[in-house]
Amino acid sequence: MAEKKSPLLNKLRFFRPRERYAGGWSEASPGGREWEEAYRARWQHDKVVRSTHGVNCTGSCSWNIFVKDGLVTWENQCTDYPSTGPGMPEFEPRGCPRGAGFSWYLYSPLRVKYPYVRGVLMQMWREELAVAGDPVAAWAAIVEDPERAKRYKSARGKGGFERASWDDVLTLTAAALIYTIKKYGPDRVFGFSPIPAMSMVSYAAGSRFLSLIGAPLLSFYDWYCDLPPASPQIWGDQTDVPESSDWFNAGYLLVWGSNLPMTRTPDAHFMTEARYRGTGVTAVSPDYAEYVKFADHWLAPRPGTDAALALAMGHVILKEFYVDKPDEYFIHYAKNYTDLPFLIILEDKDGALTAGRFLNAADLGIKTNNAAWKTVVFDASAGKPCVPRGSLGFRWGGRGKWNLHLQDEDGRPIEPGLGLLGVEDAVVTVKLPYFEPGGCRMLERAVLAKRLEVDGEAVYVTTVYDLVLASYGIDRGLGNGSPGSYDDPAPFTPAWQEAITGVDRREVIKVAREFAQNAAETKGRSMIVMGAGINHWYHADTIYRAIINLLLLTGCQGVNGGGWAHYVGQEKLRPVEGWQTVAFARDWSLPPRLMNGTSFFYFATGQWRYEDGPVEKPAPPPVPAPRYRHCADYNVLAARLGWLPAYPQFDSNPLELYRQAVAHGAKAPAEVASYVAGELKKGTLRFALEDPDDPRNFPRVLFVWRANLISSSGKGHEYFLKHLLGTSNGLLEDDRAGLRPEEIKWHEQAPEGKLDLLVDLEFRMSGTALYSDIVLPAATWYEKSDLSSTDMHPFVHPFNPAVPPQWASRSDWDIFKELARVFSGLAKRHFDGPCREVVTTPLMHDSPDELAQPGGRIRDWRRGDGEPVPGRTMPHIHVVERDYSLVDAKMTALGPLAGEKPLGVKGIAWPAAEEYQALKQMLGTVRTPGVARGCPDISTDRRAAQAILTLSSTTNGRVAVRAWQSLEEKTGLELKDLAAERAEDHFTFDGITSKPETVITSPAFSGSEKGGRRYSPFTTNVERRIPWRTLTGRQHFYLDHELLLEFGEALATYKPVLAHRPFNQPGGRPQAKGRELVLNYLTPHNKWSIHSMYFDALPMLTLFRGGPVIWLNKDDADGAGIGDNDWIECFNRHGVVVARAVVTPRLPRGMAYMYHAQDRTINVPGTAITGERGGTHNSPTRIHVKPTHMIGGYAQLSYGFNYYGPTGNQRDLNVIVRKLEGVDWLED
Amino acid sequence: MRIKAQTAMVINLDKCLGCHTCSVTCKNTWTNRPGAEYMWWNNVETRPGTGYPKQWENQDKYRGGWLLKNGKPALRAGNRVNRLLHIFHNPDQPLLDDYYEPWTYNYERLTGQPAGRRQPVARPESLLAGKYMDLTWGPNWEDDLAGTHITGLQDANLRGVEEAVCRDFQRIFMAYLPRTCAHCLNPACVAACPSGAIYKRDEDGIVLVDQQACRGWRFCVSACPYKKIYYNWQTNKAEKCIFCFPRLESGLPATCAETCAGRVRYLGLVLYDADAVAEAAAAPEEKEICRRQRDIFLDPAGPNIIRQAEADGIPADWLEAARRSPVYKLAVEWGVALPLHPEYRTLPMVWYIPPLSPLAAACGGGQNTLFPAVDEMRLPVHYLANLLAAGDGAPVRAVLKKLIALRIYMRALNLGKEPDRRVLADNGLDEETARDMYHLLAVAKYSDRFAVPPAHRELAAGLAVKQGSCGLDFRAGPAAGR
Repeated sequence: MAEKKSPLLNKLRFFRPRERYAGGWSEASPGGREWEEAYRARWQHDKVVRSTHGVNCTGSCSWNIFVKDGLVTWENQCTDYPSTGPGMPEFEPRGCPRGAGFSWYLYSPLRVKYPYVRGVLMQMWREELAVAGDPVAAWAAIVEDPERAKRYKSARGKGGFERASWDDVLTLTAAALIYTIKKYGPDRVFGFSPIPAMSMVSYAAGSRFLSLIGAPLLSFYDWYCDLPPASPQIWGDQTDVPESSDWFNAGYLLVWGSNLPMTRTPDAHFMTEARYRGTGVTAVSPDYAEYVKFADHWLAPRPGTDAALALAMGHVILKEFYVDKPDEYFIHYAKNYTDLPFLIILEDKDGALTAGRFLNAADLGIKTNNAAWKTVVFDASAGKPCVPRGSLGFRWGGRGKWNLHLQDEDGRPIEPGLGLLGVEDAVVTVKLPYFEPGGCRMLERAVLAKRLEVDGEAVYVTTVYDLVLASYGIDRGLGNGSPGSYDDPAPFTPAWQEAITGVDRREVIKVAREFAQNAAETKGRSMIVMGAGINHWYHADTIYRAIINLLLLTGCQGVNGGGWAHYVGQEKLRPVEGWQTVAFARDWSLPPRLMNGTSFFYFATGQWRYEDGPVEKPAPPPVPAPRYRHCADYNVLAARLGWLPAYPQFDSNPLELYRQAVAHGAKAPAEVASYVAGELKKGTLRFALEDPDDPRNFPRVLFVWRANLISSSGKGHEYFLKHLLGTSNGLLEDDRAGLRPEEIKWHEQAPEGKLDLLVDLEFRMSGTALYSDIVLPAATWYEKSDLSSTDMHPFVHPFNPAVPPQWASRSDWDIFKELARVFSGLAKRHFDGPCREVVTTPLMHDSPDELAQPGGRIRDWRRGDGEPVPGRTMPHIHVVERDYSLVDAKMTALGPLAGEKPLGVKGIAWPAAEEYQALKQMLGTVRTPGVARGCPDISTDRRAAQAILTLSSTTNGRVAVRAWQSLEEKTGLELKDLAAERAEDHFTFDGITSKPETVITSPAFSGSEKGGRRYSPFTTNVERRIPWRTLTGRQHFYLDHELLLEFGEALATYKPVLAHRPFNQPGGRPQAKGRELVLNYLTPHNKWSIHSMYFDALPMLTLFRGGPVIWLNKDDADGAGIGDNDWIECFNRHGVVVARAVVTPRLPRGMAYMYHAQDRTINVPGTAITGERGGTHNSPTRIHVKPTHMIGGYAQLSYGFNYYGPTGNQRDLNVIVRKLEGVDWLED
Repeated sequence: MRIKAQTAMVINLDKCLGCHTCSVTCKNTWTNRPGAEYMWWNNVETRPGTGYPKQWENQDKYRGGWLLKNGKPALRAGNRVNRLLHIFHNPDQPLLDDYYEPWTYNYERLTGQPAGRRQPVARPESLLAGKYMDLTWGPNWEDDLAGTHITGLQDANLRGVEEAVCRDFQRIFMAYLPRTCAHCLNPACVAACPSGAIYKRDEDGIVLVDQQACRGWRFCVSACPYKKIYYNWQTNKAEKCIFCFPRLESGLPATCAETCAGRVRYLGLVLYDADAVAEAAAAPEEKEICRRQRDIFLDPAGPNIIRQAEADGIPADWLEAARRSPVYKLAVEWGVALPLHPEYRTLPMVWYIPPLSPLAAACGGGQNTLFPAVDEMRLPVHYLANLLAAGDGAPVRAVLKKLIALRIYMRALNLGKEPDRRVLADNGLDEETARDMYHLLAVAKYSDRFAVPPAHRELAAGLAVKQGSCGLDFRAGPAAGR
C-alpha cells in the first residue's frame, strides 16, 4: 500500500488525473488506507459475554454482549442455538431492536444508581429513630400518626427523592415488615413480580424471602389478562403451545389477533418462511396490522366480535366435514380425544329441556370408586352407556387406569358413537341460550336423545356432539330450529356473523373450507396463532373457545404444525420443579401464600366500589335472577368456598388467630382448622374480603421487582393512585353511584393510601420507581447471573455479568439476601423465638381437591347448604411455624425438605434425594452453625441457578426419567422412553453459558422433543394416550359447572362486548369542548417497547415519535379537527391520558389504539381536565372481573397460581378523544 | 476484461418484518456518538412514505445520481467546473429538517426533581441546541403508515398509481424498505468529491470516505441519489456505511445482515467486469439498465472467468466464496432480486426481492386458490416497478410470479401430492432450481445467507512486525496531539 499523502496534497488532487477505470467514472483505492484503522479500532473489543434480557416479551433471546475498554458498548444476537435439523430454518438470530438497544440503559441518566427514599419520609424516619431508638417503634410512630402518614403518602410520585445508604433503606424496610407482621400479620405484606421464566432466579430472590416470612406473592398472568381461561377450561392446562419453529410445519396458518412481526419479532421468520413451503396464511385483524402484510387473505372483523366469526367458521366445518361428508380423520379424532361422545343429562325445567351436567357412573348405579367422577359415553355396538378410562375418577383413585384407551375399567373395549343418530330414543327440543346486545334469549333446537333411568327416574340424555350441532345451528333434518342455509341470518351461520363482524360471508366460508380441507389433507396441520388482540376482552374465554373448537373439530391439537399457538405472556418456565422449590422456599416450609393478582388489585385499589351495573350488562345471563348482581360478591363466594385464594385472609392477624385457637384448646392442626371453621360459621371471624376497607384488612407493604406495576400493568391506574397510594390522581368518577354489594361491608368514606410502604427494585427511573417510597438500585441484565427459558423455543440459556453491578446497584438475589440479613437481625429483638400462624390455601388444581364439588353443584355453607369443611367446602387451613430470626440462614441454603419431600408437578411426584446430595457436592455446603449447616450453599444467584437446573426434569435427564416413571404408575402406559435417550444429560450453568441447550422431554409439559423433534403441545396426549387433566380426561367442548350453566356458557358462544360508556352520570363528565370522538379504546402491545421497558430509552423513542401516542383513523380525526401529531386528551370516567395523535389510514374508524405501557415519565404534559399531568395508557381503563372465572374446586376448574382465575380484562371500554387546548408542562 | 470482486447484498422485502433491528445494531456500533446522532447508515422506511431524508427519491430537488448526456453518464448535479463554482454553497443539500433534529430528554429530572406538587417528567431537548424542543419529525416518523395519507403522497414511486392506496382503508398497502449504502459500481459520490476523499476499495468494492482526506465539501451528500452519505457536524466530515469492513475482513457478515431478525439479508461476492461498467451505466433506455448491470456480472463457475480472475489477483478462497454467493444466485442466476432505482445509473450493489401482499379487496378474486395472483395483490405492481425497475412492470411481475409458482410447487410436496411442474416451467423454473430457491429463501441457514471470505491482510507488507505491534499505537496515543 502506498504511503499516505499529506492532507494538503490530497486536496490538490482534485485538479489532477487519478487512477480510474470504467471509462473514468469509477476509481479504486487512491492513496494509503491507514485511516481505515479508525473504524477497525471501533469494532475491536475486550470480550464477548453471553447474556439476555429479562423482559416480559417471551423472546428469551441469547445475546452477545460486547465489552470494550471496560464498558458495555453494544450487543448482537447469538447465532449458536442447537440446530433444528437440515430441512428447517434455525432459531438464529433471535432478537429485536428493543433488545438491541438495551445497552443504552447501563450508563444512561435514567439509571437508578443509588438507593433512594422520598425525602419527607426519610426526614420523619430519622427524627423518630432518634427519639425511639428502635426502628420498629420509629416506623410505628410514623404510620400510626394519620397526619404524618398522609404527608408522605400524598407526596408519592412528586419528586423529592433523597439518596440513602443501603444500611438505612434496608433497616427502614425491615422495620416496616416487622411492624406489619406483628400488628396485622404476614399476609398483609405482598410481593409483585411477573413472569419468572424471563429471569427465574431474580424472581425467586424476592419470592423466596417473602415466602419465608409468610407474605403472599401476587400472580400476574391472569392479572395481565394474558392467561386464556379457555385453556384450563378446555385442557386443564395453564397454557401449552408450540415453539415458534413448529409454525414452519403448518400447512395452513390462521393468524388471529397476534401481531407476529411486532410482538414475536425473533420468531416471525418461521411464518414468513413457511409461506415458501406453500403454507397458506390468513390474517384476522381489524386494522392493517404488520402481520397482514404477510397474509394471502385478510379478514377484518369489528373489534371484539371474533367469536361470531369463529362460530360461523365452525358452522361451515361441522356442516361440510361432519354432517354432509364426514371426514374419517376428524371423526376418529373427535371420538378419541374430545368430550364430543360423552353424555349430558337434559334437565327438565318448567317443561322445557335444557342441557345440564355430564352423566356419570354413579347416575347409572355402577359401583366403583369415585363413581360420580367417571363420565359416560354411549357405545353404539354394545347398545348401552359405558364408562371409559381417563376421567377424573380414574386420576385420583385407583392406579394405572388413568389413560385414554377406549376401554372400560375392566379392560373391555368401548366404541363410542359420535352423536346418537340412529340409536336415539327421541328427538327432543332443547333450549339453548343465545346472546345479543338486547339480552339473552333461548333458542329452541331439535336434539337427539336417549332415555335412561337415573336414580330411579327416567331422564333424557344426549351427547355433547348432538348439543354442539344444535348450538351451531346445523340442519340435520330433525325439524325445527336450524337455519336453512349459509345465507339464513340465524345463529351461527356465515350470514349471521356478517351483521356482527362486517366480514363478507363468502370470505368466511372460503377460509373455513381452506382451513378444514388443509387439516383433512395433512392430518391436522392447520394452526391458529392467536394473541392479545382477542384475549383481553371480558368474554375472551368464549372467543377463545369458539376459535379453539375449530382446531378440535379438525383434529389439529396435539399434532406438529397444528393447533393453537397462544403467545401472550411468557409463562413456560422450563426447569419448573427446581424453580418452585427455590422460589417458594418449599425446601424449608409449606405451603406458600400465592394470591391471584386480579382479585387482589380489584379490592386493594377500590375498583370494586365503582361497579356501574349488574353483571354482564348489556347481555345478562339467561337465569331470571343471577346469584348476585355485583361481581365482587361472586369473589367473596369464591373465597368462602375455597375456590380462589384470599389474602389478607381474615379480619384477624393469623399469628393471633393461632394463639386464639390454642387458647381455645386446639392442639393438632386439624383442631386449629376446625376452630377456624367454627368461628367463620359463627361469624365471629370474617374473611378480610368481606370488609376490604377496614384498616385491619389493608395491604400494608408491597414489594415490586422486575415489574412496572404502577405505570405499565396497573389497570385502573388512577384507582391505584387514589386508593392504594393515596396521592394526586385523575379519577373522574366518585363511588356514590356504585352498585352496592351484598356480601361486603360498605364504608361511605373510601380509604385512600392503604399502603404504608412501596418498595421498588429497579435499574431505571420508571413510573413505579417514581411513585415508590423506596427505590433500590438493581443490577441490569448485563450485570448478574440468571436463567431464561420460554415457550417460543426449547432452550435454556443464562444471564452472565458482562460488567459488575455499576454504582451502588446489586442483583435482586443480593438485595433480598441483604434484606433477609437485616430483617433477621432486627427480628431477634422483636420476636421471642419461633411462632406459629394459620395459613389458608384454596382447593388446588392438580390435586384431589378437584373432587371437592360433585356434579359441579355449588354448596354454600354460609347460606345453610352444608357445613364449612376445610379443604372441601372452604379453604384448607394449615398451621405453619415461622422463626423470623432464621430467615437469613434459610434464604441462602437449600433446605432439607428439598431432599426429603418428593418433588413434583401436575399431580405426580418423585423422590429427589439423589439430586439433593449431588448439589451438596456441586455447590458446597453451609459451614455456619445453625439450621442451615450442611445444606447446599445457594448464597449466590449462580448457585441458585445451578440448584434449579439440577432439581428439574427438563434440565436433568435422570429426574426426567423418574418423573415419567411416576406418570407410568398413574396411567399404566409406557412413557419413560421419551426421556431415556437423554437420561445422562445434566445441564450446568457453565455448559449453557458456552451454548444454549435443548430441554429434555418431561411430563412437566405435554409435548415431546424426543429425537430433535419440534415442540408441539399435547402430542404426548394424542400419541401416548395420556389423558388431559380434565373431568372427562378429554378436550372439552362442554363445561357443566352450575355457575357456567347459569351464565349460559356451557358451550362456546358469542357474547357482545360490554361497551361501557365513557361516563355514566352527566355530572362527572368534563365540559364538552369543540368536536369530540367516542372510540373503542384498545391497548395492544407496542412496537417500540416491551410493555414500558425500552419505551423510555432514547433509541426506541427516536425511532418513532418520541413519546406517548394514540393512533386514530384519519377520517375520525378529521371529524374532530385533529391533525397528525396534534396533542390530544383521551378520557373517560376512569381518568385522562394525554398523548400525540398518530393519524393514519391503517386503522378503521371507531377505534383508538394507545399502544400499551407508554410510561408517563416521558414527554407528558398536563391536562386541564384534572389539573394534573396526563396519566398512563391505563388511566382510562379499569378491570372487569368475570364471575365464571372464579369457579374453583371442580375438576379442571380448580385454582392454580397464574393457572386459572379471573383475568384483568380492560378492553370493553370507550373513551372520548379531543384536541388538547394549550400545552402546559406543569413544571412549577 | 478486468475482473473485480464486489461485496454485495440482497434484501428480501417479502420477509422484511420492518422491525429495525438492523438500524439499531448498526447505530450502536457506528454512529452512536456526538456529531453522528442523526445518521442512520442503515434505516428502514415504511412505504408508501416520503422516507429519510424526506423525499430522497426526488432528484429534481436533490439532483443526485447520474443523467445520460450525449450517450454518457454525467452527474445530475453538473460537471466539475459547475460544482466548483458552488463549492461554498450547494443548493441541493438536504437540510437538517429533511433528516430530523436529534434529541434526548432531561432524564435527570425524574430522580433529581425536588419535592413538588406534580409528578416530574422528562422532556425532549435538542442534542444540537440543548433546549426543549417540540418533536415534529424523526428518522422513522411514518412507521407503519403513520400520517402516510399526507406525507406518503410525496412518495416518488406513486407515479401512475392511484392515491387511494395512501388513503383508503380498503385499498391501502404497507411495505418496508430497509436501506443502506449500495456500494455502487458507478458511485456518484466518488465522482462528486472535490477532495478525492471517497474511494471504492479495490479488493471488495466497498465505498469509503477517507476521514483524513475529507474536507467536508458535502458534494457527495447531494450527489448520492440514495442520500446515504451524511455530514458529521462535529468532525465536519462526511461519513457513510462502511459495510462493516472490519467485520467482513474477519469473515463476519455486516452487522445489519447478521442481526436481521427476519433473516432477509444475504451477503456475498459478485465478480464483474470492471471495463464494462461504464457501458452498463450508459444504457440508452432506463428500463435496460438493470439487465445491462446483470450482464456485467460474471459466472463465478466459468473456467475462463476463474482463470482471468486469478490473473487479476483475486485469491482462490474468494473465488470459492463467489461460487457459493447467495447474491449471485438470487440476483443473477434466478433473477429474483432487483436493484433499487436502477434509473439513477449508479449500478447499486444492494438488491431487493419484491414482496408479495394480500388479496386486494374482499372477494375481488382468488376465490378458488389459496394464493392471490400477482395482479390481485394489494401492493400495485406499478409501485414496485417504479421502485425497483425504472417503471417497468415486467421484471417485477416475473419475480412475483416465480415466488407464487414456488409456493404452489412446494405446497404439493408439503402435502405429499404430485406437483404441477407446468407452473414451474411457465415461470422459467425447473424442479432443481425451485428446490434450491426454496432452500435459500425459506431454510436459509447462516452459512447459506452469508458467504464472506476473510481479507488477505498478508498481502500488505511487514506483517511479522505488525503481529506483535498492532493496537499499540503509542505515536497516536493520548499525548500525540499535544
